[in-house]
Amino acid sequence: MYATHYHRASSVQDALSLKSAAEDSRYLSGGMTLIATMKQRLAAPTDLVDLRHVEAMKGVTVAGRTVRIGAGTTHYDVASSAALAGVCPAICALASHIGDPHVRHMGTIGGSIANNDPAADYPSALLALDAVIVTDRREIGAADFFTGLFETALVEDEIVTAVTFEAPEKAGYAKFPNPASRYAMTGVFVTKGAGGVRVAVTGAGSDGVFRHAGLEQALSARWSPDAVAGVAVDPSNLMADLHASADYRANLVKVMTKRAVAAA
Amino acid sequence: MGVEGIGARVARKEDKRFLTGKGRYTDDMTVPGMKYAFFVRSAYAHARILSIDTAAAEAMPGIIAVLGGKQLQADGIGNLICGWMIHSKDGSPMKMGAWRPLAHETVRYVGDAIAIVVADSLSEARDAAEAVVVEYEVLSAVTQASLALADGQPQIHPEAANNIIFDWQLGDGDATDAALARAAHVTEMKIVNNRLSPNPMEPRATLGIYDDAEDHYTCYTTSQNPHVARLVMSAFYNVAPENKLRVIAPDVGGGFGSKIYIYPEEIVCLWASKKTGVPVKWTSDRTEAFLTDAHGRDHETTVKMAFDADHRIIGLKVDTIANIGAYMSLFSSATPTYLYATLLSGQYDIPAIHANVRAVYTNTAPVDAYRGAGRPEATYVMERTIETAARELGVSPVELRRKNFIRSFPHQTPVIMNYDAGDFDASLDAALAASDYAGFPARKAAAAARGMKRGIGMSCYIEACGIAPSAAVGSLGAGVGLWESAEVRVNAVGTIEVLTGSHSHGQGHETTFAQLIADRFGVPMDNVNIVHGDTDKVQMGMGTYGSRSGAVGMSAIVKALDKVEAKAKKIAAHLMEADESDIVIENGELKVAGTDKTLPWFQVALAAYTAHNLPSGMEPGLKETAFYDPSNFTFPAGCYICEVEVDPETGKTQIVQFVAADDFGNIINPMIVEGQVHGGIAQGIGQALLEAVHYDPANGQLITASYMDYAMPRADDLPSFQLSHQTTPCPSNPLGIKGCGEAGAIGSPPALINAITDAIGNNDLSMPATPQKVWLAANVAH
Repeated sequence: MYATHYHRASSVQDALSLKSAAEDSRYLSGGMTLIATMKQRLAAPTDLVDLRHVEAMKGVTVAGRTVRIGAGTTHYDVASSAALAGVCPAICALASHIGDPHVRHMGTIGGSIANNDPAADYPSALLALDAVIVTDRREIGAADFFTGLFETALVEDEIVTAVTFEAPEKAGYAKFPNPASRYAMTGVFVTKGAGGVRVAVTGAGSDGVFRHAGLEQALSARWSPDAVAGVAVDPSNLMADLHASADYRANLVKVMTKRAVAAA
Repeated sequence: MGVEGIGARVARKEDKRFLTGKGRYTDDMTVPGMKYAFFVRSAYAHARILSIDTAAAEAMPGIIAVLGGKQLQADGIGNLICGWMIHSKDGSPMKMGAWRPLAHETVRYVGDAIAIVVADSLSEARDAAEAVVVEYEVLSAVTQASLALADGQPQIHPEAANNIIFDWQLGDGDATDAALARAAHVTEMKIVNNRLSPNPMEPRATLGIYDDAEDHYTCYTTSQNPHVARLVMSAFYNVAPENKLRVIAPDVGGGFGSKIYIYPEEIVCLWASKKTGVPVKWTSDRTEAFLTDAHGRDHETTVKMAFDADHRIIGLKVDTIANIGAYMSLFSSATPTYLYATLLSGQYDIPAIHANVRAVYTNTAPVDAYRGAGRPEATYVMERTIETAARELGVSPVELRRKNFIRSFPHQTPVIMNYDAGDFDASLDAALAASDYAGFPARKAAAAARGMKRGIGMSCYIEACGIAPSAAVGSLGAGVGLWESAEVRVNAVGTIEVLTGSHSHGQGHETTFAQLIADRFGVPMDNVNIVHGDTDKVQMGMGTYGSRSGAVGMSAIVKALDKVEAKAKKIAAHLMEADESDIVIENGELKVAGTDKTLPWFQVALAAYTAHNLPSGMEPGLKETAFYDPSNFTFPAGCYICEVEVDPETGKTQIVQFVAADDFGNIINPMIVEGQVHGGIAQGIGQALLEAVHYDPANGQLITASYMDYAMPRADDLPSFQLSHQTTPCPSNPLGIKGCGEAGAIGSPPALINAITDAIGNNDLSMPATPQKVWLAANVAH
């Protein structure tokens, strides 16, 4: 790791001013990707502005079926929120399988979605839940937020402060982990609610998280694990790497969808 | 068996310090004035070095020196060597190219060391290493051995045309061809044994200290055999004469073979310490470990197994291409030859065997022995082939094996080895019973009802340990003898120090060896200290690899104990005015048999050192040294049965049962043996299901350079193992020990792959059997 300066922000405003005052700064919100990247000398920010201690950005609140998760909330806190489990246990289950216990106690939902790793779990949940990403200056729908591999709609210095969504009638998540990294080699989050059926896929798309229209149509017609059997998943826009070809991922998209519906 | 003696499940003495963070590893060593090293390494798999500019790096803060290969060569430091000469079948010696500790003309794999940067801090050394400018002329690279030997491929060393180091054979080609010609059935397979990265928990490290006042060098290093390191660095690399070089391998956190070898870093740090006048420490990071630790396996093999009409194996023909990597590591030539082809008879009575092995340079990390070393490759070839043959012949894999088992011993195979003892039916029977083999069809049907494909597979392995009779290996090309040494020092108060040439890097020698002394003399284990790993303390020894510390290392201790006992009895007989032949040792006392005369052990020891009243002419003291040279290899063998369920939708394999029935000969500490078997099976399952080193074939870059892409087995990948032991004592050593360190890694991969191929109904499956591969293979079959 190259030398860097660490700043602990006390508020969103403090974070914004610390960030803009520094030469080549990055926000830190758990650092589960950024610190590892810095240790490999693949990133070398002069300054780090830590968001994890901003009180206003922490915690889960549930009002009726409206959920608000502060961006600085750890995966462990999401996984273990009884209020959240009461309305949307699928997202608790998802959080409980991110990384290992160390990662779950350090990594945060805001850090994860701002990084938008194409194999991260949360982007599929937020897309399927039609969540709103709240920042220091605006609200962005999940469909507009995730724009590509490690790319989001966030502009320079913009801070994700929370995510909100209406808990759907049903939700389920199924992940097939990469045998080495245990990131999602394909993960599918399904929801059924007032807005219909949504199927969001992570770990598989060559442009990152995406919704699958064919699967959504099939499940809208009949909400059952068997309903996906006849759906064709086109491998041409899927990732291929050492561990999984596009064809294999296309198969996993269907299988994980089926299992997510069964779990919902 | 006492509570601490042979056969007792004694908890490991060393675990308190390991589990409480009190182990002392090479990287823990700190000496006054110590500086830190970072190596500049090749970013290319194959390139000519046009220039190396260190000026900017040398000007950076905290930099002591930036040193390269030209200076090293000018100072007379030698190239790295391979210590085992193999001759090709045309009689020519192997074609070994130069491996310079620091490359200054050509780099041949990604990670090849080019320069050392020494600085006040590691981060300063690393910063400066990035400022060293190396100008390359990039050459094309080849990473797969079967491609590298074709015409028109990049030539990696001028000495080895078509990159072929040797083209070697063993066995009777004509007799084997005749058997194939008259066979009723021939099973032919193409088998790849996947390349593995050893991944010890402790990465390699070294601390080189040159003392100008004494003109003396000290090398702390992560070695499995510090004396061999000293010998090689002295005799071949001209670092220092042996009497001026002390090598210390303190606590070492795992080796699996990868820490047998001498690497460039030890040599360069010692040399750099003299050059700079400061102690120089280097510790590998995990990326460097993936890039530069000697890899294991990497064979491409064609095998033909010939059967007569009665299903007896009448011939076996094996053609193997072994990837050696960019340079010949210390024992790289022995691993795919004498540690491999000599085991191709397996547990079977095969009249004619012929093996041909071509060893090939590629632009990859050096390949050498890794847990099992040649024997896993042989076992995988044999056990996959016989299982496939049973399926082709439509007979039970159990009965096909039984029909061909060797049952009389000693048995001379056509490939050098003389099996001295074994009972292959006993292990097979035990494994069949433990796995409820007969109940498998019902379990398969129940799994099918749940939509799962259940399969069962077995492996009947034999391996050769206790390496090795020195004259025998010498005649086969080894540059060293493979005996072991021990010194037993009885102190004046009766406590005992045992200095052993074996080296413990996780095996628990401090416990097992002490149990032997406790058993022999009836003294508490707490009174026994095991000393190893320091060439200034311990007499010349050969170190630990090839499951040899029990069979060879402990046999040397037994020989030294015999001498100590004989002298102690003489002293006791003299003091108690009895005949020497009437003295017995029991419960820490020397007694005159049939009388109540007795002397405590410590009084005999004290008498030896006061020397007030010793037999006439006897030297004072009670300390003996022994060197033990084995008369044969030892032959651990066993049967592993694995049962799996494959999820046909994803190809994911779950191991639902794993049974290991092993014959290790006599066992000192069953708990430690079980731990060794657990670890070995975990590594075997890792190879079969998860692990593989991948290089980009286009440019030789290592793709699996971190745990993000290199899949190591985790606890939840593994089942609980059901172990049992069947014992035929080894006749060639005094304790009847065969060795247990590698068996798990040798026996498990074919059992697991045989189970998966049984489940999916397709024999065409390669390791690692990742979900994707299994899914594809299952879909091809249906």
